Amino acid sequence: MADPSDSPSSPVDPGARPHRRAHTTARDLERYSGLFAERTRVMRSSAMRDLMEITARPEVISLAGGLPDTSTFPPESFAAQMTRIAHESAAEALQYGPTEGFAETKECIREVMAAEGMDPDPDDVIVTTGGQQAIDLVAKTLVDPGDVVIAEAPTYPGAVPVFCSYQAETVQVGVDADGMVIGELERVLDRLAGEGRRPKFIYTVPSFQNPSGVTMSAERRRRLVDLARARELLVVEDNPYGLLRYEGRPVDPLYKLDGGDYVLYLGTFSKILSPGIRLGWLCAPPPVMEKVVLGKQAADLCTSTLTQYFVREYFGEGSWREYVDDLCGIYRERRDAMVESLERFFPDGTTWSRPEGGLFCWATLPSYIDTTDLLAKALRENVAFVPGAAAYVDGRGGSDMRLNFSASPPEEIREGIKRIGNVIAEQVALYESITSEHRIPGPSADPAAPGREAEEAGGTSLVIPFRREGR
Amino acid sequence: MRVAVLKGGRGLERQVSLRSGARVEDALAALGHEVVAIDVGAELVATLQAERPEIAFVALHGSGGEDGTVQELLEILRIPYTGPGVRACVRAFDKVGAKADLRAAGVPTPDWAAFNALAFRELGAAETLPEIEANLGFPLVIKPAAGGSSLGVRFAASAAEVPEALVGAFSYDDRVLLERHVEGRELAISLINGIALPAVEALPLEADRFNYEARYEIGRTEYVSPADLGAAEGPILDAALRTWDVLGFDGFCRVDLILAPDGPQVLEANAIPGLTDTSLLPMAAEAAGLGFERLVERLVELALERVPAGAAS
Repeated sequence: MADPSDSPSSPVDPGARPHRRAHTTARDLERYSGLFAERTRVMRSSAMRDLMEITARPEVISLAGGLPDTSTFPPESFAAQMTRIAHESAAEALQYGPTEGFAETKECIREVMAAEGMDPDPDDVIVTTGGQQAIDLVAKTLVDPGDVVIAEAPTYPGAVPVFCSYQAETVQVGVDADGMVIGELERVLDRLAGEGRRPKFIYTVPSFQNPSGVTMSAERRRRLVDLARARELLVVEDNPYGLLRYEGRPVDPLYKLDGGDYVLYLGTFSKILSPGIRLGWLCAPPPVMEKVVLGKQAADLCTSTLTQYFVREYFGEGSWREYVDDLCGIYRERRDAMVESLERFFPDGTTWSRPEGGLFCWATLPSYIDTTDLLAKALRENVAFVPGAAAYVDGRGGSDMRLNFSASPPEEIREGIKRIGNVIAEQVALYESITSEHRIPGPSADPAAPGREAEEAGGTSLVIPFRREGR
Repeated sequence: MRVAVLKGGRGLERQVSLRSGARVEDALAALGHEVVAIDVGAELVATLQAERPEIAFVALHGSGGEDGTVQELLEILRIPYTGPGVRACVRAFDKVGAKADLRAAGVPTPDWAAFNALAFRELGAAETLPEIEANLGFPLVIKPAAGGSSLGVRFAASAAEVPEALVGAFSYDDRVLLERHVEGRELAISLINGIALPAVEALPLEADRFNYEARYEIGRTEYVSPADLGAAEGPILDAALRTWDVLGFDGFCRVDLILAPDGPQVLEANAIPGLTDTSLLPMAAEAAGLGFERLVERLVELALERVPAGAAS
């Protein structure tokens, strides 16, 4: 798996240990692949993922990750909490826990949700192994092969393999500066209804979306909740970044607007405390929760007891909001550095989002530049980003890129954006020299021309909020 | 014997190389050798000097490992190594040069034109594109002159798609190749010490072309090994063996060909073909009754037999 942390530090691989696959032959492969479940056919590895692994090289400025900056968490506080756990409750902390999670963890979760105006019933909450497991459990509970799931275009790249592995047909609905385009969603729902199909749920990251950085407006949130109610559809609200707001007024979560009838809510401690503790949660109405609990039991029995104890201790200190405020200060500066650098170094013909919070900017390049290819070139300049295609299930996003600003200090962000800008400018100049006036420009030279657009099913628009400043 | 396995590196094919290397390490260990696994980087020379292997197994792919660079260093350090020598690596890695050599020697290879980015930027090469397109026809294959694993390879169905495909290919290399697309069966002939192994045929399962994903993912491409070549066997082996001679290979290599109705066409030759679970050379060896361990053993023997090139004498 593409784990950025597993880059070897020593040139001599201590693992001259035997690998397990000493005697794989073509026959073995055939035997294994004959056993693979149907769903593995849609589980893809990709050139992009292999390229992403190179981004772990220490000399690479990686704007590719989605990592929060955990270096700001005070080690002495971490040590004190773990010591206290070891002294006061070692046996319990090392034991299994309830599948739903400890009541104390749920209290911490309620505190976090209260900070955004929500007040869930503890019985509606299950503690999960990261927010990622919550997505998996929802899909496991609701999706049969061939079922339709609606997601945003672009959507959280980590959700794509989950939906694929349950063999969902993911239909993506465009996003603009105000989030998911509800009018388009209605058209998609009508079209599906005409085919006698009903989506199992609508998956959305309404605040500071990963990857686009966009926040759904209050008006659209209202419309989405009303629509879900009217059509009796489930909405899955994934809100990892809601508290990481650097400017502007908070917007009510869908869960708050809906009261938890049609909106399932996914939260996580990853971005406000630590992704390493793998602690997230899901809020769902009792009938759904009953099945989710069974699914969770099958998956891993319970979420780590040790890290739940850690969160309990940490919240007991009562300063978690201050830590989030500190993070917001750090990330705001980094966001500013990224947006300023984009304005300065990205060439004409490129656009990008200016997020009010979260971890990501999203940039769109001229349509003739494929960002997966561009990543290969960028890696030679020791800088990395995530190609936009990862956020789509249908081959779109080829000219987009996701840029992370939370994991790098401002100087690195400036240098990284400068290098990417240079690489783009080179490709733009090259394209222009190839399509000189003697040549008929390709369809992709003009974004309004057919070609790429023709592939976009259902006339789904790819509109991301784009701000061109000063050019 | 103390064998250093050189793998990984900093190139785009790092992951493939790590997979090749891991598999080779297992085989070497099973053969009773002492394995020193080296992830190739800035400390390569220092590590080799400190570890003092008796031989290096080069399991690197792409630039640095397959283009003669590492081989040159090993020559200077007087460490015998597997696979082709510097000269063949250099010649095979440059697809344009290799095609020119093959054509000059009468080995069939699809028509092509090649440019560097400078030709477009400063010499107005774009004006020649209509003529090239007319000569080569559509669809047109556009690929970086260097590199492997199908990275950056694009098909242009019409003139309108050419600029975008060129920009894509130029992301991987400063030089690109426009090549006539030849319809036919996709074959790989692996050679060890100048002897051809049974042909392997690739049948991509999906309609997608023989791309990166299809190459390295189990179950994405179906292989026939040995492939039934019928009457075409003679010309195919002839093309592969002549490619070996023309590019000056020793050790081993893999020649990729298309078998068109009017005979085989050599697409490229790989100095260090993949040795992963899904790679073609090990598959061919197996079809010849040579299991992976024996294959690795044989490659080591060949490396030890080779008289070092002039550089180290």
